Amino acid sequence: MKKLITIVLATVMAMSVFTGCSSEVAGAVSTDGSTSMEKVIGALGEAFQNDTGITFTYNPTGSGSGIKAVQEGRCDIGLSSRDLKAEEKDAGLTGTILAYDGIAIIVNPENPVADLSVETIAKIYKGEITNWAEVGGNDAEIVLIGREAGSGTRDGFESITDTEDACKYRQELTSTGDVITTVAQNPGAIGYASVASVKDTVKAVTVDGVAATEANIKDGSYVVQRPFVLVTKADTPLTESAQNFFDYITSADANEIISAAGVVPAN
Amino acid sequence: MKTRKNSKKVNHAIQDIKWETEYKHQQKKRNRTQTMENIIHGIFLLLGLITVGCVLLITVYLVISGIPAIKEIGIADFLFGKEWASTAAQPEYGILPFILTSIYGTAGAIVIGVPIGFMTAVYLSKMASPKVKSAMQTAVSLLAGIPSVVYGLVGMLVLVPGIRKIFNVPDGASLLAAIIVLAIMILPSIIKMSVTALDAVPKEYEDASLALGATPVETYFKVSVPAAKSGIAAAVVLGVGRAIGEAMAVMMVAGNVPNMPDSLFQSVRFLTTAVSSEMSYSSGLQRQALFSIALVLFLFIMLINVTLNFFLKREKE
Repeated sequence: MKKLITIVLATVMAMSVFTGCSSEVAGAVSTDGSTSMEKVIGALGEAFQNDTGITFTYNPTGSGSGIKAVQEGRCDIGLSSRDLKAEEKDAGLTGTILAYDGIAIIVNPENPVADLSVETIAKIYKGEITNWAEVGGNDAEIVLIGREAGSGTRDGFESITDTEDACKYRQELTSTGDVITTVAQNPGAIGYASVASVKDTVKAVTVDGVAATEANIKDGSYVVQRPFVLVTKADTPLTESAQNFFDYITSADANEIISAAGVVPAN
Repeated sequence: MKTRKNSKKVNHAIQDIKWETEYKHQQKKRNRTQTMENIIHGIFLLLGLITVGCVLLITVYLVISGIPAIKEIGIADFLFGKEWASTAAQPEYGILPFILTSIYGTAGAIVIGVPIGFMTAVYLSKMASPKVKSAMQTAVSLLAGIPSVVYGLVGMLVLVPGIRKIFNVPDGASLLAAIIVLAIMILPSIIKMSVTALDAVPKEYEDASLALGATPVETYFKVSVPAAKSGIAAAVVLGVGRAIGEAMAVMMVAGNVPNMPDSLFQSVRFLTTAVSSEMSYSSGLQRQALFSIALVLFLFIMLINVTLNFFLKREKE
């Protein structure tokens, strides 16, 4: 009897390996990738599922994993919160920009500093400016809060501010929530997070005098922003349901849902 | 006369046949029981093998996936490199900061946790009244049952700002915060094992000591503790194992920057957090290197287990 149960369990577990991303099954579309895109893709997927009845799945693994998943055929559409690298394009992948996400520069609400230029932000993160007094704040050491290596937000922030591999972080945290909590607690802290996830517990500074609002991100005047990219294989056509989903989310009708999720639609 | 003899023979024969059928029946029954026993034995063996299989699978998997990166980076550069920049344009894969942080962090936790845990154990085993003992032991068990993410959360919201204010440093997420959290986390294992070891000291030893005129405290520290020293050593090693393997709580309070642990207030990254913080987004050599870190951690823990077994064996003897 136990043997039988063992066998059944083993079979179920073995089967579940294939169910994660069922690109073969008709009437289903699977996505995999950026955790930053959870909110927007979740909203789109839900609306799509309600409209068409096609099952939608999203696996929040991170941009790198999502790109790899689509490359290995483990899902229909990969989600990346950064542009594809040249080597990824060479591997036969194409990226379609779905939306733009602004990265807010956040400080503690007690901090009097309200505006920073991109250059100043870069200098602060490179450790060239270490005291808030140098940028018009209180006499306190600047505590740099960032994300872990490989995070889409970190990659986006560092590439926009041109501080790749040069940031002198005091803390590298593994989630947006942790960054916000930490900045909210430490009066000397500065951090970055998706505009959509910024809460009242922290203050988002203006960059070069431009606030991180949707309009400013859309017209490009707010410069700390990054694309949300849909990754597909260039040579292999999508399944019918995946193509439906792709068309649905890149159509103008989806813009309302994308905006509601706090990011700026590209189309 | 002859007929009687014959009928006797017949009777004997009938009896024999009866016995034989009875015997065969029994035999059959026994055989069936035997088969049943064998099947059950087989099932138990199979279930036991699942555990052994898991250990083997993990070991083999770790070795296979951990070796390539070490080969590519070079074992000396990997183990003794001071720089870790896995996603940089010129990637560096030196894990010496992680190894030292794990060792310092664990040592710090032991320095703080062992005296507290040990004294608590002596109190619980020798001095406390049964009521107090049962209440305190419940509390200790409860401490052991708190998930590590809760330790991390409390550490993040209370301990980290506390350290920042008390020591007047820019940020409290540091080696010190991690040490304090780890010290608290290893207390239950140290206390429980030490209490068990101290409870097992024969009462005659203590009675003899008291009869010779030693005070109770002298007796506890000069008779009971030395008699239980293997068990207490095992408790310490168990604490080391728990501390070095902890990831979640440490990740939330240590700051996670791959610095060399030069100061208690430095933001540091442990072996465990090095793996867990980068794993989700990693790719290529970076991912392989993370497996190599896991392999190093695995070897550390193996070493600790061997030490633990050594102490436990000695205690039995």
